[in-house]
Amino acid sequence: MKSSRLGPWLAIAIGAIYFVTPLIATFEFSLRMKRGEYSFEAYRVILGDPRFQASFGYSALIAVATIILGVALVAPTAYWIEYKLRPLRPVVEFITLLPLVIPAIVLVFGYLRTYNSSSLIPFTANPRATDLLLTFGYVTLSLPYMYRAVDTGLRSIDVRTLTEAALSLGAGWGAILIKVILPNVRVAILSGAFLTFAIVIGEFTLASLLDRPAFGPYLQLIGANRAYEPSALAIIAFFITWAAMGLIQLFGHDRRAAMTGR
Amino acid sequence: MNFLEIENLRKDFGGGSGVRRFDIAVERGEFISFLGPSGCGKTTTLRMIAGFEQPTSGAIRVEGRDVVALRPNQRNIGMVFQSYALFPNMTVAQNIAFGLKIARRPQDEIKRRVDEMLAMIKLPSLSGRYPYQLSGGQQQRVALARALAGKPQLLLLDEPLSALDAKIRASLRGEIRDLQRRLGITTIYVTHDQEEALAMSDRIVVMNEGRTEQIGAPFEIYNRPATRFVASFVGTLNVLTGTITDADRGAVRIDDHEIRLGAPVAGAKVGEARSFALRPEAAAISAPREGDNIMRGAIEDVSFLGAIVRVKVRFKDHVISLDTFNNSAHAPPGRGDPATVSFAPADVQLLAGGQA
Repeated sequence: MKSSRLGPWLAIAIGAIYFVTPLIATFEFSLRMKRGEYSFEAYRVILGDPRFQASFGYSALIAVATIILGVALVAPTAYWIEYKLRPLRPVVEFITLLPLVIPAIVLVFGYLRTYNSSSLIPFTANPRATDLLLTFGYVTLSLPYMYRAVDTGLRSIDVRTLTEAALSLGAGWGAILIKVILPNVRVAILSGAFLTFAIVIGEFTLASLLDRPAFGPYLQLIGANRAYEPSALAIIAFFITWAAMGLIQLFGHDRRAAMTGR
Repeated sequence: MNFLEIENLRKDFGGGSGVRRFDIAVERGEFISFLGPSGCGKTTTLRMIAGFEQPTSGAIRVEGRDVVALRPNQRNIGMVFQSYALFPNMTVAQNIAFGLKIARRPQDEIKRRVDEMLAMIKLPSLSGRYPYQLSGGQQQRVALARALAGKPQLLLLDEPLSALDAKIRASLRGEIRDLQRRLGITTIYVTHDQEEALAMSDRIVVMNEGRTEQIGAPFEIYNRPATRFVASFVGTLNVLTGTITDADRGAVRIDDHEIRLGAPVAGAKVGEARSFALRPEAAAISAPREGDNIMRGAIEDVSFLGAIVRVKVRFKDHVISLDTFNNSAHAPPGRGDPATVSFAPADVQLLAGGQA
């Protein structure tokens, strides 16, 4: 092998070892629940735990609600900025990046202070309203990812000309968005949706401080009280995240293949 | 009553004026081209007619009805874009049917109309294809069919051929004109390609810096340019500057030669400098006819263009470019050879605002 090729391969090997070794170690540890033999006992215990099913189901439901609300908020906003308000793009980008620099703990304390049970809008007064508040919080947390994904999709198509073509054919704004724009940024929206799903499934701070039975607090609870099950959960959570990433690739690839005819 | 009337149309942009004052009356079925360089306001004017830009002032009337206050989707004006703007997620048939579905036409009527349109653009077998599966020319045909499917009262085309290669452009140009004549639809065509405008239009609006320079039939625009800009923008042109020696006789001194114009130069004084235009095809280096102007110079450059040979002849301060047909029996003249250039007095145009 030529020395010029050795450097990149070495970097890849170091990166892979750095990334894969802890995973392998965690996976290996998760198989040791039964003394003296490797088994999937820890996985059986976790997957059979009703709290796992309930918390995962709850988080999945909140994730779906977050995605729907996030898309409904972000897609028309990003579209309008691309079509008519391009000078405002830096301002909106700055706003959407704020959740990355404002910690979730700050956000949730702000929520609790503003929407507590004795406030004008008492979101925390009952569980369903708190679920709604949690969803709003997740929409905010996922904003940088959802906005960026949709914005990238919109920039890859000629929004202005497509909109004007549809307008000249008699279409209104609703028809333009639903029939012309959104189908052409489907992959971008799916990317944002899967990223949002991955964020919501593992989120701890908001769910814990709003006292909701989500998957994040369950992960923490198991981690604090069990030996082998947390490793199994970590592998399961990792698998879910990577499945989401894989779906982005899959849908992205299908769409690219369809658009280019390959 | 004219079909389309535009009066005192003006569009101001932040930095300056996009369109200064635009007036035109268009008859039903006319094919009008807006011709001019980039930034002259032709596309802005078209976009104001379509409703994508709001005029600063002025009126746009279609069949007597002012449409300025109407949104683009209420105007029933079809538009074809330079970049085709076909919806990538829809097949050819779905693209053509889009406007009809928006208008909630019955399903059987939509199908019939789509089939008609596909036959009209001669692509009936491609109805199930997506835009990426079509060539540029095919995409633009589909865009044209889509714009016409809803039977708009006016068709706007914004440089529809400029993204296509020369051969396709020439054939599609003819197809668009044929289609327009067959359907009798009033059409506004924006282009910066003078050949396209001259070949296709009933009338041409030549625009420059947001202003209308001249409106006229192609023959008139080419042969009787109203301004120096029109003369230089439409076709190739020799602009000559000379001093008046006898205004009543139309006599002018250019370099060391006295030449005659076809008409007196009204209001000019002796010694006044004026600009004149001479088309390359109006001058010749063959034997002059009686009454022709004659200028003697030397060949500066010869370009062999196939059917045409373009020769540049140098005089004292001027170079005249002239076109002659290729003659296989005679080789083109060589550089540095002496040359006698002749042209008829009537072919020398005094340029308006041509005081040099």
